[in-house]
This record gives sequence, structure tokens and C-alpha cells, in this order.
Amino acid sequence: MPKYKQTEEIVKLMSNKLNVRNIGTLAHVDHGKTTLSDSLLAGAGLISQKIAAQALALDYVEIEQLRQMTVKAANVSLLHERNGQNYVINLVDTPGHVDFTGHVTRSLRVMDGGICVVDSVEGVMTQTETVLRQGMDERVRPLLYINKIDRLIKELRLTPQEVQERLLKIIRDFNSLIETYADPEFKEKWKVNPNKGQVAFGSALHKWGFTLPIIASKGMKFSDIVDAYNKGDIERLQKEFPLHVAILDMVVDHVPNPVEAQKYRIPKIWKGDISSPIGQAMLNCDENGPLVICVNKVIVDPHAGPVVTGRVFSGTVHEGDILYGLMAKTEGRVQQVSLYMGPYREITPSISAGNIVALLGMENIRAGETLVRTQDKDKMYPFEKMKYISDPVVTMAIEPKYSRDLPKLIDALHKMAIEDPTLSIKINQETGEYLIAGMGSLHLEIALWDLNQRTGGIEITTTPPIVVYRESLTKALGPFEGKSPNKHNRLYVTVEPLNEKTMELIQQGVIHEDMDPRERAKILREQAGWDTDVARGIWAIDSYVNILVDATKGLQYMREIKDTVIQAFRLNVAEGPLAREPIRGLLVKIVDANVHEDPAHRGPAQIMPAMRDAMFQGFLSANPILLEPIMKLDMKVPQDFLGSVTRIIAGKRGKIISLEQIDQTMHLVAEIPVAETFDLSDQLRSATAGKAFWGTEFARWSPVPSSMLAETIRKIRERKGLPPEPPKPEDFMSM
Amino acid sequence: MGSLSFIGLGLSDEKGMSLYGLELARAADIVLLETYTNVMPSLNIQSLEALISKEVRRVNRQFIEDGNSLLRDASERDVALLVPGDPFVATTHIELRVRAERMGIPVRVANAPSIISVAPGVVGLQNYKFGRSATITFPDNYSEVPYDTLSQNRKAGLHTLLFLDLRAEEGRYMSVPEGISLLMQMESRRHEGVISPGTLMIGIARAGSPDQLVRGGRAEELASLDFGPPPHSLIVPGRLHFMEAEALEVLAKVDRSLLSKNIDRS
Ligand SMILES: Nc1nc2c(ncn2[C@@H]2O[C@H](COP(=O)(O)OP(=O)(O)O)[C@@H](O)[C@H]2O)c(=O)[nH]1
Ligand SMILES: [Mg+2]
Repeated sequence: MPKYKQTEEIVKLMSNKLNVRNIGTLAHVDHGKTTLSDSLLAGAGLISQKIAAQALALDYVEIEQLRQMTVKAANVSLLHERNGQNYVINLVDTPGHVDFTGHVTRSLRVMDGGICVVDSVEGVMTQTETVLRQGMDERVRPLLYINKIDRLIKELRLTPQEVQERLLKIIRDFNSLIETYADPEFKEKWKVNPNKGQVAFGSALHKWGFTLPIIASKGMKFSDIVDAYNKGDIERLQKEFPLHVAILDMVVDHVPNPVEAQKYRIPKIWKGDISSPIGQAMLNCDENGPLVICVNKVIVDPHAGPVVTGRVFSGTVHEGDILYGLMAKTEGRVQQVSLYMGPYREITPSISAGNIVALLGMENIRAGETLVRTQDKDKMYPFEKMKYISDPVVTMAIEPKYSRDLPKLIDALHKMAIEDPTLSIKINQETGEYLIAGMGSLHLEIALWDLNQRTGGIEITTTPPIVVYRESLTKALGPFEGKSPNKHNRLYVTVEPLNEKTMELIQQGVIHEDMDPRERAKILREQAGWDTDVARGIWAIDSYVNILVDATKGLQYMREIKDTVIQAFRLNVAEGPLAREPIRGLLVKIVDANVHEDPAHRGPAQIMPAMRDAMFQGFLSANPILLEPIMKLDMKVPQDFLGSVTRIIAGKRGKIISLEQIDQTMHLVAEIPVAETFDLSDQLRSATAGKAFWGTEFARWSPVPSSMLAETIRKIRERKGLPPEPPKPEDFMSM
Repeated sequence: MGSLSFIGLGLSDEKGMSLYGLELARAADIVLLETYTNVMPSLNIQSLEALISKEVRRVNRQFIEDGNSLLRDASERDVALLVPGDPFVATTHIELRVRAERMGIPVRVANAPSIISVAPGVVGLQNYKFGRSATITFPDNYSEVPYDTLSQNRKAGLHTLLFLDLRAEEGRYMSVPEGISLLMQMESRRHEGVISPGTLMIGIARAGSPDQLVRGGRAEELASLDFGPPPHSLIVPGRLHFMEAEALEVLAKVDRSLLSKNIDRS
């Protein structure tokens, strides 16, 4: 039964930091995340009297609509009573889809504990591993909930003994992932022990569940539960062992409170100076410290406009506060401070450190933003910078069938881009078309579906999706000479492929352009085998994952042409010579230069072409290749259909990575080039009579097979209106 | 067999060309004119064409810097390239010449006045007392080379000729006041005491043309004067010989008291 609280009481509760928990769910698709969240919402409550009265006045349909909206809310606050004390549990929404990688990190950042939902029939799967690893990367303490126990009993008809064996195997698998991925200091601490109540078991569908301490406290044994269920005594189970109690007891007991959590999490999830006053305030979760809010999600409410949800890491936010967004570089006024309770938004005067808050009235704020008071804007190091780990890999043009629908279309696209920053919306300046780009064909499919929902089904036309490629190189070569058009300046560069480790460090944001060069050089030397001197000479790190190094020593005027050289480097990697696709994985070192003394003879019009010629001569000589995006397909399919599925995958240049049988279902992981995936969903659906479930995520960039290279390049060039043959190194050589 | 003639046009208009240059241009099969390295305030293409009785084709920077098509023509026909100033001074076309010579194309040169030779005379300073020159460039191609050059020259007591950036293709020309203000910004960044608002400077506009303007004075005074249309350049005198001081008083209207501070009494 929900409990009702007055707003003042809620605010008081939230300011008692020791009784706050911030959690979210981690799970493989279909293991029961949504069903679990629903039963938590239904069971626990933090609902004010005022709202409860309103709720009673609503009919079923309206409640159902509100419930569906809840699924979209970025955070829901729940109330739970344990041992006579009240706890506020903030349940952060985590994306149900692994395609949106940026989103996952952002939700993880604001939560201290994660309920890992594992389907007892399927056990630990690849996505379980992925989300668990991502969670521990952000120092989210994982707890285990084994779901769908009913299926073990009813469908598989396992004996209590067999059920226990299966559950123990899942716990062992889970703990071995913790052993593999947790930071050393947490490897032991975070392993779950069912006897300590760190594992919950249950059926989210039927809303019952328990931990071993709970059944022990009732003087029962595990087998009693199996018996009860076998006897069809579901109602008794629901009453005596409500799922939300099992889960929330586990959360209260084993997820750290924000004070405890921020101590060890801040140094990991925030790259700023811990000893600074802001760093200390966050470390101590100080409600009187400088205000810091890290935004995990922004949704657009049809009535209230953008709702910005984030965690207050330090300080207290009040209605009327002026906040500054470090990414947006603008100020905004907080019109309302609120929290979501179930489907309802409750307005409060303020919310303090350690909690999740929803802010109204803040325009121009995106997920990943760091909000501070304006006076702290130069003192705060942002949680995230304007950059995403993966760039879109598929793009298509979109148009309404009837031009009267254009405003609706634009409005919906605009909102979607705010809510999902991995979805990029651009206007093609030449054609006036809208281009939408995403992380894979499934991502775009979902976006189109979402668009359809939001616009009430306006008719649209889309162009076939276009795959985005990368250009890369396979040899280290040089030096290559680039002369300025007036021949008064010469630059000499070498080109080489960046090693994997370096690329990883860039993509994870461990090294970036704005960091202290000494610290960066140290990381590169220790982790990626760089020579310290070379690493110290880094001039630019570009978001397509390329590095420019000045390896010259004491050459005159290098400093004065630095900005121009960097600008040229960025332009050149943004559009490579093969097909004007971005370059990836290139290390350019300037090894020598002759720079004219008189600046009039070495302006941008002279230096930029010199840099381009040197870089492209090198690039084109170093066995250039094209990289294509590869998608990972994670699928569960009844055995009978396996043959047709593997045929489809083979016909799409796909590779099966692993295949595992779980009872009658095959669990299949495959990799398929994105270029081949455009009709994949349709084909899979019809080949499996709709009985297969799958998810996709971007896997990596991989070389286009050499037999297809020339043809692929030619096609891209033709689409872009370029001469079909790519240039040769000689074309960038001047006399 | 073709040939390539470099013909200087001097600083003002087509009449700055030498008679030898005129002869070469008249004899050429193809006459090209580049106008990106400098502006010639009074150049009139029609009178130029009338003078050499031939069509004159304007060519841009890319055409000259690439040079391929020009040299191809010059290996078969007689090509004349008309250039503002003196072809190999300040605005150097030496690279093109070297390539032509390497290809065995006969090269002829008709010299003409350059700002390098004209500027000292315009203000009455003695040529052998100049140090290195430099260009003050627009801030989007920022360089402190002019500051360093000025600093070295002044330590040695030498005069400095400063060219002011121009991008004829973009229609951007630096004026004397802009140049002075950029120098002042370098001073406030570097604080080496190379110049101050009271430093004696001489601004020159349209040197070598009938409406040339020469004005000397304290830097801060010149910074508020309008020197009219381009091109402009700037001279920062070093230590002055008494003859130079006298000339500056007459030619650049410099105040005698300001001059006396700069006279070399050693
Ligand atoms: N038998 C059974 N089915 C469940 C249980 N929990 C969830 N499901 C079903 O599993 C499917 C996927 O559940 P959902 O919550 O959407 O999974 P999510 O993808 O992790 O959010 C749905 O058909 C649910 O009804 C459970 O405890 N028992
Ligand atoms: Mg779901």
C-alpha cells in the first residue's frame, strides 16, 4: 500500500542523506527490467496526500497513460520503510536499449547501486556482462536480482534442488564477472552473498520475491517457496513476500548512502582536482557546499517544456536559482524544483546534495551537462565535455509527404535530439533536407517509430540510409614534404597508425586535448608505449581519433604557425583524400620545417596547403584503407529457426561470434557490417515468424574487405559528386 | 622557342615601367598582369593595353604560384609577366624564375622602383642605415616578428621599414594607424620597452605616386591620422644623422624638438 507524505516531510527526508539511496537497473533486454520497475512503482510509494486524492479521481485509462509516461521519466523517487525508519530511494531510469551508449554512462554516473536483473532461465548474457562492466567502471555497486523464477518451476519443471543449483550457477557467474571487472579494492567487497541478503529472487511478473534472510525470518526454507508456487498459491506469495520489499530491503542494506558513495565514486567519475574546494564538497556530499548538478537526462514534457533531471553532488538547489551550464556556456533560471513520484511531479522549494532532482525552466541544457552557480563556472571541471564516444554511423534524409506537416516534423525532431544526444539532426544547406543520423539502422528505425508516435502518424518519406565510413592507414611512412604554394615554406611530416591502446584512451576520454600535457604524456608513456618527448609534443587530439605531434626541436616560427597547422590538420582529418570521409587512427608528426621569416609569406593560404599536401601524400602512400562500422547482434532464437537465421547472417557478410544453447533457445552473438543491416529486422522477423528477440549495438570499425574496397570508394565518391577515382600521392606533390 | 620576361611596373601606374620593359611587353605573344602582391593606386589597364598595343590578361595568385600553365606557354611563346614594384624585391617571383631557368627558358628582367628603394628616399633617410624589414600582419595571422625585428634594429641604432599587410584578393589593406596599434599591442604583451606612444615614426601612403603622403611624428599622433587609400607603410627611424633630421623636418613635417631627441651625437 502506498504511503502518503506531505511535501515538507519529503524534503526533510531527502535532506537526511544517510537515508537516501540512488539506484537503477542493469539488465539484458527482456530479462525483466521494465516489469521490475513497474512492480517497484506499484508497491512502494512516495505520494503526497494531495496527489493521492487526484489519483483517486482518475479513471483507469488516464492512470494507464500516466504510467506509460512514467516509463519515460528520468527518475522516480520511492519511499521505503525498514526497521522503523523511512528511506528515499531514487530509481534512475537506465536506457532499455544498448545502442545509446552515451545514455548508459550518464545514468550510471548518478546512481550508487545497480540492481542487475538476470532471467533465471537464460542466465548471465553478453549484455549483462556489458552493463555490469559499464556499471563498475562508474563504481556503481551491483546487486543481483534473479527474475522469472516462476519459469524454472512451471515451464522447466525443475525440482527445488535443480532450481537451487541453477541459481547458484548464476550467482557464481555473476561473481566471476565482478572478479574480472571490478577495481581491485572492490573485487571482494562487491561479490554478492545470498546469505547476507545481497541477492534477491522472484517473479516480477507475479510481483513476489525474497532474499534468504527474509525467508529465514519467517521460519521458512527455499523449498517452501517452490512448494507454494507449485500449489498455485500466488496470492499468498504476493502478500507474504512482496517483491518490492525484497528489492528495497536489499537496496537499503547494501547500496551505500550518498555520503559514503561519493567518497570513493567522485575520484573515479570526475576528472577535476579533488583537493579543490568544489572537489572536497562533492567528496563530502556537502549540502552547504558550492552547487554541482550533473544532468543525466532531459525530456520534453508536452506541458512543462524541458525537464532537466540530474544528481545534486554538492550544495542545495532552490527555486529561482540562476544556474550556469558548462557545456552550453549559458545561464538559466530554475523555475521549479521538483521530483517525480510515480507518474506525478511534486514541486518542492529545494533539494539538497545526494539526491536526484528534476528542474523546470532550463532551456538549452542537454544530457551530460554540468550545472553550477555562475560564480563557480571557472572553478568547476565539467563531468563531460561536448563530445560523444561514438559518432553516428548511419544517416538518412527525411521529409514530410505533405509540406503542411513540416512544422510538426521539425518540432518532434527537435525534441528527440534533446532527449537523445546520440541522435543527430542536421539540415543539408544545399537541399534544405533534414538529415537524421544515429548509431545503427535499428537506432534510426526506433527513431522513426518514435517520430511517428509523437507526430500522431504524419506521413514521411525517407531516403535509403547511408553508412558513414572512416579512412585509415596501415603503414608508418615518411617524412613527406609539403610546400606552400609560394614555395617559401616547407613542412615535413611522418604518418603512422595510432596503436589500439592510444585510440582507446582517447575514446574513453582518459586523454584529451585540454588536459595537462605532462600528465597526458605520463599516461601515454605508461599505458600506450609512447616516447615521453613525442607525447609532450602533442598539438591536437581530434574527435575522430587522430593525433598531431610537433616533433621538431627549437625551430624558428613554429609557434607562430601552430594555430594554422592545427586548423589544417583538423580539416584534413575531417575529410580524407580517399572519399572525403573522416580519417580515423592517424598519427601525424611534424619532423622538420622551413618557415619563412616574414609572416606575410606564411599566412593560412600558404601553410594550409603545405600541411594538406604533406599529410595526404603520406596518407595515400601508407596503404590507405576504408573502415566500415560493424554492428553486434545479440539474439535469442528458438532452435528450429537457427538455420534460417545463420543463413541470413552469412548472406550479409556476418560472422557468428558465439552460439550457446539454453534449453530450446539458442543464444547467438554475431557481427554484421552496418552497410548490410538495412533490411535485417524485416528479414529476421519473417524468417523466425516473429519468435526471435534481439538487440544491436555498435561494435567497432573494421576494414572494408580488399575485394570491395575500390568499388566502395567509387560509390561514395559518385554519391558525393566527386570524380570516381581517388587521388594519388603524386597529386599532392608540388615541384 | 619561347621566353619569359619579368617586367616591373613600379609603384604608381603604368608609366613606372622602363622603356626596356615596354619593348619586351610589346614584343611578347602573351602579356600577363598580376596584381595580388601589391596595389598600384593609379594603374589603368586600358592605358596599359593602349601603351603596349596588346590585350593584358590579369592572373591570380593561384595561377602564378602553380606556374605550370605559365611555364608551358613560355616554353613555346614569348610571355611577359607584369608585376607591381620590382619583380624580385619584396614581392619575390624568384621561384618562378628558377623553374624557368631550369627548363631552359630564356629569362629577361626589366627592373623598376620598389618600395624598398623608394621609401628611404621619400623621407630622406639614408639607405645604408636601415636594418632588416618585416611585415606587420593582420591578427588572424598574428606574428611578433616585426616586434623582434624592431627591437634588434633599434638596439643597433638602425632604421626599420615595416610593410603593412595587404590581401588584394580580399580587398583588405592595413592602414598606418592599424599598424601602429598592432605594434602597441605587441609592446603591451612583451613589455620590452621597444616602443612607446612617444616614439618617432613615419607613415607613408602611396609612395612613389603623385599623391603620396608622408607624415612623421609621435606614434600616438600618427595613430589618429587618416592616410587615405592604400598602400601604406611605416618607418621607425633609429639614430639620426643631422642631415637625416633636417630632411625629416622638411619632408615629413616632424617637429624639431622630437627630432632632437633622436639625433646621434656620438
Ligand atoms: N514468466 C515471467 N515473465 C516475466 C517476468 N518478468 C518479466 N517477464 C516477461 O518478460 C518479458 C520482458 O520483460 P520486460 O520487463 O519488458 O524486460 P526488459 O526488456 O528487461 O525491460 C515480458 O514479456 C514480461 O512479461 C517474470 O518474472 N516471469
Ligand atoms: Mg523494457
